[in-house]
Amino acid sequence: MSRSDVLVSADWAEQNLNTPGVVFVEVDEDVSAYDKGHIAGAVRVDWKADLQDGTRRDFVNKERFEKLLSAKGISSDDTVVLYGGNNNWFAAYAYWYFKVYGHGDVKLLDGGRKKWELESRDLTEEATSRPATQYKAKEQDTAIRAFRDEVVEAINTQNLVDVRSPDEFSGKLLAPAHLPQEQSQVAGHIPGAINVPWSQAANEDGTFKSDEELAKLYGAAGLDDGKDTIAYCRIGERSSHTWFALRELLGKKNVKNYDGSWTEYGSLVGVPVQKDV
Amino acid sequence: MTAGCGAPDQDQDVAVGSKETVIEGKVLSGGEPVSSAYVRLLDASGEFTAEVPTGGSGNFRFFAAPGAWTVRALSSAGTGEKKLTASAGRNDVTLELV
Repeated sequence: MSRSDVLVSADWAEQNLNTPGVVFVEVDEDVSAYDKGHIAGAVRVDWKADLQDGTRRDFVNKERFEKLLSAKGISSDDTVVLYGGNNNWFAAYAYWYFKVYGHGDVKLLDGGRKKWELESRDLTEEATSRPATQYKAKEQDTAIRAFRDEVVEAINTQNLVDVRSPDEFSGKLLAPAHLPQEQSQVAGHIPGAINVPWSQAANEDGTFKSDEELAKLYGAAGLDDGKDTIAYCRIGERSSHTWFALRELLGKKNVKNYDGSWTEYGSLVGVPVQKDV
Repeated sequence: MTAGCGAPDQDQDVAVGSKETVIEGKVLSGGEPVSSAYVRLLDASGEFTAEVPTGGSGNFRFFAAPGAWTVRALSSAGTGEKKLTASAGRNDVTLELV
C-alpha cells in the first residue's frame, strides 16, 4: 500500500470525473454543503442519516449498507473516491467505514472540499443520477475497529493516540471549540494516551503532510512501533483521519479506530480517567 | 445519538450563557462579507483548535474558553488573522482579508 493507492490529488480527480468505474462520493455532516455545490457526478452520503443505525449507537447493519450503496449506484468493484468538508473528517470516517465493510478500492481526495474551493475549481448544483446496483458488502472487519473493553485493556499495553485538541485532551474543553460545550460526561483523557491532534497531520489547505513529516510527528510523540495502536477522538471521525495517516499512509500494522471515542469512554462507570486541569 | 463534529449554521444567532465564552464575528473582503471562507481558531501556543466555514453573511462562531486565541481566515479571496484575549460572554472579531 502506498500513498498513491489511497490518496488522489485534485488534478487527478478533475481528469477522472467521467472515468467508468470511478465514483465520487461527498460525505458531510452538513448535508446542505452538497446542495450548494458538489463535484460534478458525485453522489452524497449523509454521515448520520445514511451511516448510523439511528436507534442503537452503531453502524447500519450489512443489509442496510448494501441497500444504501446499491441505491447510490456503487458497485463492489468500483473505485470510490471520498471527499468532504471539515478537512475530510467525515470522508476519512467513511473511508474507514467502507473498509470495515470490505470495499476493495477506496481513495480520499487529498484536501477535500476545502482545497477544491480554495483553488476555485468547478462545483455544480446539478443532481447526480446513477443506475442502481446490487452491492455486496463483506462481514465487518473488526481488525480495524476497536470497542470499549479492548480500549480499557489497552491502557499501558498499546499505543493510545488521542487526536483531539490539547484543551479537550487536558479536560479544559468537552468538545471542539466550534460546538456548544453542553455535554454531560467527564472531561479528560485515557491514562497513558499520547496527544497528537489530528490537525498536526494536515496542512492548512487540508491536504495530508508528507510521509516523512508524518513519521517524524508520531515518532516524536512517542508512538511505539512495537505495539498495536488505537486512535480515538470525541465521536470517531477525527480519529479516522489519524487512522488513515497511520495505517494507510505510513503502513503501520494493527491500527484500530475507536469510534465510541470520548463520548463513550468519558461516560463509562469505573474506568480510569486522567485530567490535567 | 450525540451531535457530530460538524459546525452548526454560522449565520444563526445563539443565546450565550454567562459561563460561556463565545468568539464570533465576520470575514470581510473590501468591506463585503465573504461566505465559505475557512476560519480557524488557534490556542495560545498556536495549536489548531477548531475550524468553520463562514455562512452566507460571512459570520463565524466558536465556543471557546477565556484566554489568548488567534483567529485565522483562509479563502480564495485572501487571508486574515487577528489575536485576541477572550473573556466570558461574547467576543467580537472582524477579519479583513488581504
